Amino acid sequence: MGSLDLSQLQHLWWLLVSVVGALFIFLTFVQGGQGLLLTMPEDETEKTLIVNSLGKKWELTFTTLVLFGGAFFAAFPLFYATSFGGAYWVWMLILFTFVLQAVSYEYRRKQDNLLGERTYELFLFINGTVGVLLIGAAVGTFFTGSNFTLDAYNSVTWHNPGRGIEAAFSLFNLSFGVFLVFLARVLGALYLNNNIDHAPLVEKTAQAAYKNLLYALPFLLYVLLRLVTMKGYAVDPVTAQVSLVKGKYLANLLAMPVNGLGFLLIGLVLVVLGVALARFKGSRQGIWPAGLGTVLVVLAVFAIAGYNNTAFYPSKIDLQSSLTIVNASSSHYTLTAMSYIALAIPVVLVYVAYVWRLLDARKLTAADVLVKGSDEKY
Amino acid sequence: MLEHLDISQLSWARGQFALTAMYHWIFVPLTLGLSFLLAFFETLYVRTGNEQWKTITKFWMKLFGINFAIGVATGIIMEFEFGTNWSNYSWMVGDIFGAPLAAEGLFAFFLETTFFAVMFFGWNRVSKGFHLLSTWLVAIGSNLSALWILVANGWMQHPVGMVFNPDKARFEMENFWDVLLSPVAVSHFVHTTSSAFLLAALFVVTVCSWYLLKGRHVVMAKKSLAVAATFGLIASAFVGFTGDESAYTAAQVQPMKLAAMEGLWDGEVNADLVAVGIVNPGKKPGDNMDPFQLDIKLPYLLSLLANREFNSFVPGVNDLVYGNAEHGVVGAGEKIAQGKQAIAFLAAYKQAKDAGNTEAAQLALQQFDQVKEHIGYGYLTKAEDIVPPVPLVFYSFHVMVALGTLFPLVFAAVLFFLYKGTLQQQKWFLRAGVLSVFFGYMASQAGWIVAEVGRQPWAIQGLLPVGVARTQLTTTTVQMTFFMFLIIFTTLLIAEVRIMTRQIQNGPEGE
Ligand code: HDD
Ligand code: HEM
Ligand code: HEM
Repeated sequence: MGSLDLSQLQHLWWLLVSVVGALFIFLTFVQGGQGLLLTMPEDETEKTLIVNSLGKKWELTFTTLVLFGGAFFAAFPLFYATSFGGAYWVWMLILFTFVLQAVSYEYRRKQDNLLGERTYELFLFINGTVGVLLIGAAVGTFFTGSNFTLDAYNSVTWHNPGRGIEAAFSLFNLSFGVFLVFLARVLGALYLNNNIDHAPLVEKTAQAAYKNLLYALPFLLYVLLRLVTMKGYAVDPVTAQVSLVKGKYLANLLAMPVNGLGFLLIGLVLVVLGVALARFKGSRQGIWPAGLGTVLVVLAVFAIAGYNNTAFYPSKIDLQSSLTIVNASSSHYTLTAMSYIALAIPVVLVYVAYVWRLLDARKLTAADVLVKGSDEKY
Repeated sequence: MLEHLDISQLSWARGQFALTAMYHWIFVPLTLGLSFLLAFFETLYVRTGNEQWKTITKFWMKLFGINFAIGVATGIIMEFEFGTNWSNYSWMVGDIFGAPLAAEGLFAFFLETTFFAVMFFGWNRVSKGFHLLSTWLVAIGSNLSALWILVANGWMQHPVGMVFNPDKARFEMENFWDVLLSPVAVSHFVHTTSSAFLLAALFVVTVCSWYLLKGRHVVMAKKSLAVAATFGLIASAFVGFTGDESAYTAAQVQPMKLAAMEGLWDGEVNADLVAVGIVNPGKKPGDNMDPFQLDIKLPYLLSLLANREFNSFVPGVNDLVYGNAEHGVVGAGEKIAQGKQAIAFLAAYKQAKDAGNTEAAQLALQQFDQVKEHIGYGYLTKAEDIVPPVPLVFYSFHVMVALGTLFPLVFAAVLFFLYKGTLQQQKWFLRAGVLSVFFGYMASQAGWIVAEVGRQPWAIQGLLPVGVARTQLTTTTVQMTFFMFLIIFTTLLIAEVRIMTRQIQNGPEGE
């Protein structure tokens, strides 16, 4: 690892950031499940089952988001500095929804909880919808760009009085966000379908996965259509000049037959397959193909945003201020040191998977949550 | 870079950071300490097979969970706040500062989160041994997160292991181990974690004193107390020892902070330590006002504390501002002049380079290298700018130390009365004991005020003043988020305290 050159490290770190981002989007099945919470359950038992099933996993999603922020900070600090300050309101609102989420599981049913059960459920719903929507809008700016300039000292000036609010008013960003919301619900339904042994819920979650996939489709189509037709921000590898190029992202997809077009198509097929398995075959394992599919799709999105001489955080008003994996990255030394630290990623994945299997070896049943003093504490 | 400095925006941004950090710090120390106490209780359960210890573990675990949730909620804000509110900072030092933050996520938070789930949901799903291991891993994970974040903070107090890259106008890491093993980082880590253990022990004292006064759950309360007070007593020793070490490192690398902590305006040889004092709030650098309205001093001890030598010189605020040739202290004015030169040379270098004039660029760079050490000072306007708010730092420090001397006595008394078997009869002591955790919080928050307010105006000591570190936002924007935080966090805090109190009133299950 010590022998990798700067450019290789930059590519490696873009991949690592993408992997964390992709896992995060997969893990938004928690948010998706929260989105279903207000409408799907028909009685208290069902609701309690859903909350307890999600309650074992929410922290994992949350922590992955934290790691995503940390990884960007360490590997591409100029992006961290530019995006979070520039799209201030988008990020702040995202964070607020996660603050509300973090207490809701624990406090929802406790005595004397000040706000009442319904309010905490509402918090979970807000996090599951608004939170995901805004994350989608923020990722959308990888393609639609923002209004900022960098001076000779790389210090940022923003020219967007809305401070990020405007990102949510782009049709592309918005569609991307809505797509993620429905995708999260698909995943959430499939996760619950897998995790809970309660006949009425098994039926309903399979149905919900199917319905939400249908809702997601138009938004997905719009996003894909725009993506392949819109102008993209290309970087000249020699002069580092940024220019607007028609069909840039389509070209990127084709230039990366495996991790671009390949991942995108296979990923989408896997998501559909997961839903179909649950809906038409009565299989309870739909979450796995759908989850893997989601990871592949997000990896493809990150690949076409950052690889192949593309600016991943473009500036609309001053093309030359756009951020690329080259100009936004940390130094050679830091990226190398961080790569050693990243060797821990597989270890973490292994113990997370191990514990997941251990805790879910026995599915959650109504009996679990009805017994007083059981471990199902939410 | 400093043309459009907006003071009120800066103050609100600082206020917001202080607000969110101090809220985070309400919950964090309890997590750090209680997690180890849980591990002790559960180990006793597994070792002895006594179900009472299991009840005890589960009781404190419930309180732990309530506190943990809100600790996490306040933490995520901190993670992103560097980007949202301190964006120049994030760029200029992200190359170094980002690394511990990412390491924290990977090494600490995942450990904590994953095994937290086992700890809470796993009683009937995993083996006894694995459950115990999980509880230990939660404790280790939480305290590892403290390690990484304090490495980051220690680096801000005493930046090491990096070089300035003039082409990118940022600092870059040169040696990871220097950053990780910096003496400031090490002493901050040990002091902070042990202070958190102490605070958690005081929390147990508070709850159990109340039970004993009410005559409820007496057996459980005494058992919990025996473990917690022992833990607290040992932690107190570490707190005192490493607190002294922290003051010593502050004297070496942040002499202005030490001067403020002690209210020392004019440097002295054989400097005295102020044990108790009321400072003159209006005192300014260079004036003739008496520093204290009232004070009790311990002779020579400050010199000992600062330099480990009785007859050594300790510089005061005025020496650091105006210089003291006799003792070789360079004044801030001189450093500011050098810093301004550094900034000018850097600009000349950039200009020459853009114009393609390599020779001129080289020359400017050489000149820059000679004065770059004080580049951070170049952003200040006058020498007096380097003085932090002395009264606040002074009082905070003294409150912390006074309480730090008191706490070991509390733990020792608890252990003594337990041993004698008379604890329940000590009504006055138990009544005072109920208040103990609040004093713990006071000391703990005061510690951070010393550390953070004491380093003003620097975001990174000597390199980056807060005014340059900030994000360019409007005052209104920051005010809005400030109040959003204030309202949301306060509401959640009230909810947390009510839930917590209720659970304490309910007591352990199955007793
Ligand atoms: C229960 C809490 C508690 C108690 C009783 C003490 N401390 Fe403390 N102190 C902290 C909790 C704390 C802290 C919150 O953990 C701080 C803030 C930053 C840090 O590293 O630790 C801190 C900071 C801090 C600093 C500033 C370090 C710096 O900024 O460089 C000094 C000099 C001391 N402490 C010294 C002491 C001494 C001499 C104590 C007497 C026994 C003491 N502390 C008791
Ligand atoms: C959790 C415990 C902490 C508390 C209670 C705390 C407290 C404070 C306070 C009171 C201020 C305002 C000082 C002033 O403006 O006069 C501040 C500022 C700040 N602190 Fe901390 N702090 C904590 C931990 C940290 C850590 C671990 C870091 C970095 C890793 C950090 C970084 C900063 C920064 C960047 C600022 C803003 C710039 C400044 O005003 O210096 N703080 N903190
Ligand atoms: C400005 C500095 C800080 C940042 C950026 C920060 C960041 C965070 C984040 C993101 C979380 C949530 C983690 C999760 O997903 O589980 C968290 C929780 C936590 N943090 Fe901080 N933190 C800061 C200061 C501190 C300090 C000073 C300590 C300890 C000395 C600390 C110790 C912890 C612990 C133990 C938790 C676990 C949750 C709890 O509080 O109960 N943090 N922090």
